[in-house]
Amino acid sequence: MARIVAACDRAVLVTFADRMDGAAARAVRSLASSLARDRPNGLVDVHPAYASVLVSFDPLRLDPQHLEEDLARRVEEAAEAPEPPPRTIVVPVRYGGESGRDLEEVARETRLSEDEVVRRHADGLYEVVFLGFTPGFPYLAGLPPELATRRRGQPRRRVEAGSVAIAGVQAGIYPLASPGGWNVLGRTSLVLFDAGRSPQALLAPGDRVRFVAEESR
Amino acid sequence: MSAIRVVVPGFLTTVQDLGRPGYAALGVSASGAADPIALRVGNRLVGNVQAAAALEMTLVGGTFRFERETWVAVTGAAGAGPWTARRIATGETLACGPCRGGGRSYLCVRGGIDVPPVLGSASTHLTTAIGGLDGRPLRAGDSLTLGRSPASEPVDVALDPRGIPGYGGDGPLRIVDGPQRAWFTAAGLELLEAAAWDVSEACDRMGIRLLGPEIARRDAREPLTEGVPLGAIQVASDGRPIVLFVDHQTTGGYPKAATVVAADLARLGRVRPRDRLRFRRVTLDEARRALREQEDGLRELLA
Repeated sequence: MARIVAACDRAVLVTFADRMDGAAARAVRSLASSLARDRPNGLVDVHPAYASVLVSFDPLRLDPQHLEEDLARRVEEAAEAPEPPPRTIVVPVRYGGESGRDLEEVARETRLSEDEVVRRHADGLYEVVFLGFTPGFPYLAGLPPELATRRRGQPRRRVEAGSVAIAGVQAGIYPLASPGGWNVLGRTSLVLFDAGRSPQALLAPGDRVRFVAEESR
Repeated sequence: MSAIRVVVPGFLTTVQDLGRPGYAALGVSASGAADPIALRVGNRLVGNVQAAAALEMTLVGGTFRFERETWVAVTGAAGAGPWTARRIATGETLACGPCRGGGRSYLCVRGGIDVPPVLGSASTHLTTAIGGLDGRPLRAGDSLTLGRSPASEPVDVALDPRGIPGYGGDGPLRIVDGPQRAWFTAAGLELLEAAAWDVSEACDRMGIRLLGPEIARRDAREPLTEGVPLGAIQVASDGRPIVLFVDHQTTGGYPKAATVVAADLARLGRVRPRDRLRFRRVTLDEARRALREQEDGLRELLA
């Protein structure tokens, strides 16, 4: 059951589950695409996440009561909607060394060799659940559970663009150089976000991602 | 053709308009003027559309040389005296000086600052280097061009900022409940309203970190990462609140106790380190009524 509550005076939060789960992720995508297809007047922004959608609106143009009813209706109708077959995007990665400064630490914490961490990370089939945090950053589900590690105690001030990283059961790729606390395993040369191209983001929710080791380290 | 030469950039000066809302699903934060009321009023004074791009100056304003005749208005924390449009002669140098009475002032120029729009906006997002002048703060020697002069004439009026809707008050910032309010103890939630919060040095366009008592949690879970609204009050693991501001990351993983109401967001843009803030809880209806009254007042003023 979806929970629909006011997040503040100008946003409604629709929550499908309290943890990551495939059904919730599908419900999130389906509500977001319904709002993209048929956009109510006064809607400002739609932010899908793991199991929730934050819907921002202009309260001077859109009655909050109506919006909440409209969202409830969309959630119900969307439950049945079929999804297009997913795309698979291959992401080449230089693992370890300067490109993946936390590979050694992740190997230590997981009690695996560095090669084994790389093999298992690249063996996973990942799904883009949503983009968020910074432009084009994909939150990926599908990290092999044995690779789950704590995030860095002290976030780095600068994580390079293209850094392929993990934290807890999450996996992601930093599209732009930014501060960050995830463990960096390697780096890709793919450009994940470019405001000047269309579409701006390389990846979209629902896409599948495979990592491929670029060369022997 | 260059119209403005940056002689001294000031402490942190960026190009801002009313931001680029609508791209949260790409992870793009809306950005835009920290004090949008000052920007809108300044633009109106020089005859621009309210959303035209201007220079946002932080704590210490810049010095600019004008290479052609135009009109400017300096608004926001611009010092004592009314806000007004003034004529600038070719070759004239304008020194904006330190901000007074707040953290940010705005230099609005007739025609607006002309930079290539990114995702529909001229606003600079510093951490991702998107928008504005190459995504960065202004530097000495930069040259800026202006957009075409608007059809409206500059307005011959002197506005007392204390009379501008949303500008006069210095009472508590109004808040409404956040989605994880129930995760905090009753005592912690009481403190949020009862305590005086000191603005720390970690106060920028990303967020405003507050110093004060600990807001204790009764639920130690971390919420699943979710989208966060502007003005959300996140409570970090040390129990101290952070108010997410215009350049905030689009998602957050800390519980949110409350959100500053829309009508008080511009006041956050005037906050400086070592200021003291208080919060007062209102209902959603009160928050929306306050926004409507403020916008009605601004519409009348800016007509």
